Amino acid sequence: MKAVMSNKSAIALYVLPALLLILIIIYIPLVLTGYYGMMDWKGFAPMKFIGLDNYNKLIHDSMFWKSTYHSVLLGICSTFSLLIYLAVSMVLASRIKGANLFRKIYLIPMLLSSVAIAQLWSKIYDPSNGMLNHLLTSIGIQNPPLWLSDPNIVLFAIFVPIVWQYAGFYIIIYYAALKNVSEEVIEAATIDGATPWQVASRIKLPLISPVFKVTIILALVGSLKYFDLIFVMTGGGPNHASEVMASYMYGEAFSKYNFGYGSAVGFALLLICLLMTWLIRKLTTSGEDVQY
Amino acid sequence: MNIMNEFAAHKRSGTISDTRVKASFGSRLGFGVLYLILGILAVIQIYPLFWLFLFSLKTNQEVFGMSPFALPQHPQWANYPKVWSQGHINLYFFNSVWYTVVAVLLTIILASFVTFAITRMNWKLSRFVLGLFIVGLMIPLHSTLIPLFNFFKHMHLINNPLSVILSYTAFNLPVTIMILLGFYQAIPREIEEAGVMDGCSVHRIFLRIVLPLTTPVLATTAIINMIYNWNEFVFVNTFISSDRWKTLTVGVNNFVGQYLTDWGAIGATLMISILPILIAFLLLSNRIVEGLAAGSVKG
Repeated sequence: MKAVMSNKSAIALYVLPALLLILIIIYIPLVLTGYYGMMDWKGFAPMKFIGLDNYNKLIHDSMFWKSTYHSVLLGICSTFSLLIYLAVSMVLASRIKGANLFRKIYLIPMLLSSVAIAQLWSKIYDPSNGMLNHLLTSIGIQNPPLWLSDPNIVLFAIFVPIVWQYAGFYIIIYYAALKNVSEEVIEAATIDGATPWQVASRIKLPLISPVFKVTIILALVGSLKYFDLIFVMTGGGPNHASEVMASYMYGEAFSKYNFGYGSAVGFALLLICLLMTWLIRKLTTSGEDVQY
Repeated sequence: MNIMNEFAAHKRSGTISDTRVKASFGSRLGFGVLYLILGILAVIQIYPLFWLFLFSLKTNQEVFGMSPFALPQHPQWANYPKVWSQGHINLYFFNSVWYTVVAVLLTIILASFVTFAITRMNWKLSRFVLGLFIVGLMIPLHSTLIPLFNFFKHMHLINNPLSVILSYTAFNLPVTIMILLGFYQAIPREIEEAGVMDGCSVHRIFLRIVLPLTTPVLATTAIINMIYNWNEFVFVNTFISSDRWKTLTVGVNNFVGQYLTDWGAIGATLMISILPILIAFLLLSNRIVEGLAAGSVKG
C-alpha cells in the first residue's frame, strides 16, 4: 500500500503540470512585479534600473493614496453590509417556507458578469431615461442626483450594485453555516427556556463565527481587488472620484504605458492585500473557536 | 352548580382559545412582515434584469419618450438577430464558448491530479504545495498583469487564445482544488487498499477507481468554472486586441461603447451575454449554490 501510494514519479507527474502553471502565471509574475517596479520602463522603450525611485514616488503620490482610500472605504462598507446578509440568512434559516427559492433568487445577480452588471446599472442610473431617477421624480423628489457624474456620490452609486451583486453569495454561505448548527443543541436550549432571540445570539452566532471571519476576509480583500465594475461603469472618474487601486494600476500601465510605475502600484496592491488578510486573521483569532 | 361548572369550563376554554388566536395572529403578522421583506428583496434582485429584458425589446422612441417602466408596445424581437450578426456578437459568443470549455476541462483535469496526489498519496511537501495553491485565492490578479503581458508578448502569445486560456486555468485552480478537497478527503481508504491488493498501479487506482467516484463534485466544479470563465474580463481586455479573438464580455463592452444611444441594441447584446448563464442556473441551481458555498469557506 505504502509503496504504491508514495510512488515519487507518479506524484511528480500529477503535481508538476499544475504547479508549473501557477508558478509561471501567478507566483513568478508576483515577484517580477516587485522587480519591474524598480525600473524606468515607459511604453516600448527598454527598461532601465532606477532602484527604489518608483516606490519613493508612490509613497508621495496623493492619487495612489486616494485610490487606496476608496478601496478601503468600499471594503469597510462591504464588511458592514455582511451584517444585513447575515440578518436575512437568519430569517431564511428559521422555518421560512420557500427559503430555498428565496436564496436562489437572491443569488442570480452574482452569476452575471461585472461587465453586464456595470452596463445595466449605468442604464438604471441614466439621468434622463433610467429607471431610478424616473422612480425618484415620480415619488416627488425634485432634481434627483446625477449618480455617476457627481464626484460626491459616485462611490456610493458604485457600492449599490456591488451589494446587489454579492448579496446572494454571502447569504448562501451564511445559510449553509446556519443549517449546519445541530438541531439538538437548539432543541435542548429551547426546552431549557431560551427565547428565539437567545438561541440566535448565544448559540447560532457563536457557532458560525468561524464562517463569519472568513467572509470578512473575502469581503475586505475582495473589495481591494475590485476592478471590472468600476472600470466599465466610470473608468475611475469623474476626475478620479471613483478610482480604486486596481483601476489606478491598470490606467498607469495600459493607458499611459508607465509599466515601471504601474508595476510598483501592482506590487503595493499585493502587499496591501496580504497585509490585510494577515491583519484580519490576527484580529479575529483571539480566543478559541466555540464548539458545542 | 352544574351550570356554574359548565360556565367556568366554557370561560376557561374561551380564554385558552382566545390566547391561542392572539398568539397565532401575532406570529402570523410577524411572519407576514418577514415574507414581505423577503419578497421586496427578491424583487430588488430580479427586477433590474426584467427591466433589461423590457428595454431590449423597445425602440428608441419608446426608451426616450415614455416611462421606463412601460411595457414595449410592439416587442422588437428583431433587435436580437440584428446585434447577433452585426458587431461580431456571434463571433465573440463562440470564442467565449470554446475558451470556456477548454479552460474548464484543463482546470478540472489538472486540479483532480493535484488533489489526488495531495490527499491520497504520501509525500513530504504535500502541505506546502497545497498551501501554494490555496494562497492563490487571495492573490490580486492585477498584480500579475504587467509581467504576464510582458511574458506573453515575448512568447508571441498576445492576441492568441492560449494566453487567455492558460491564465483562466491557473487562476481557477485554487478554487477548484478547494471544492475537490473536501470530497477527496471523505473517500474511504479501503477503496485504495482494495485496489492495491488487486495489484493495481497508482495510475489505475486514480483513473479507474477514485476519479469516477468524483463525478458529482466534478460537475459542481465544472459549472462554477464555467461561470467564472464566461464572465472574465481583465485578461481578455489586456491580452487580446484583435476582434477575431475577443470574448463576449469584452466584445459587449466595446459594442455598447460604440452604440451609446441605441438602447434596444444594447439591451439585446447584454441579454445574449447573460442568457447562457441564466439557463445553466435554471437547470443546475443546486450545484451552483453548493459549489459557491464550498469554494469560498473551507480551511
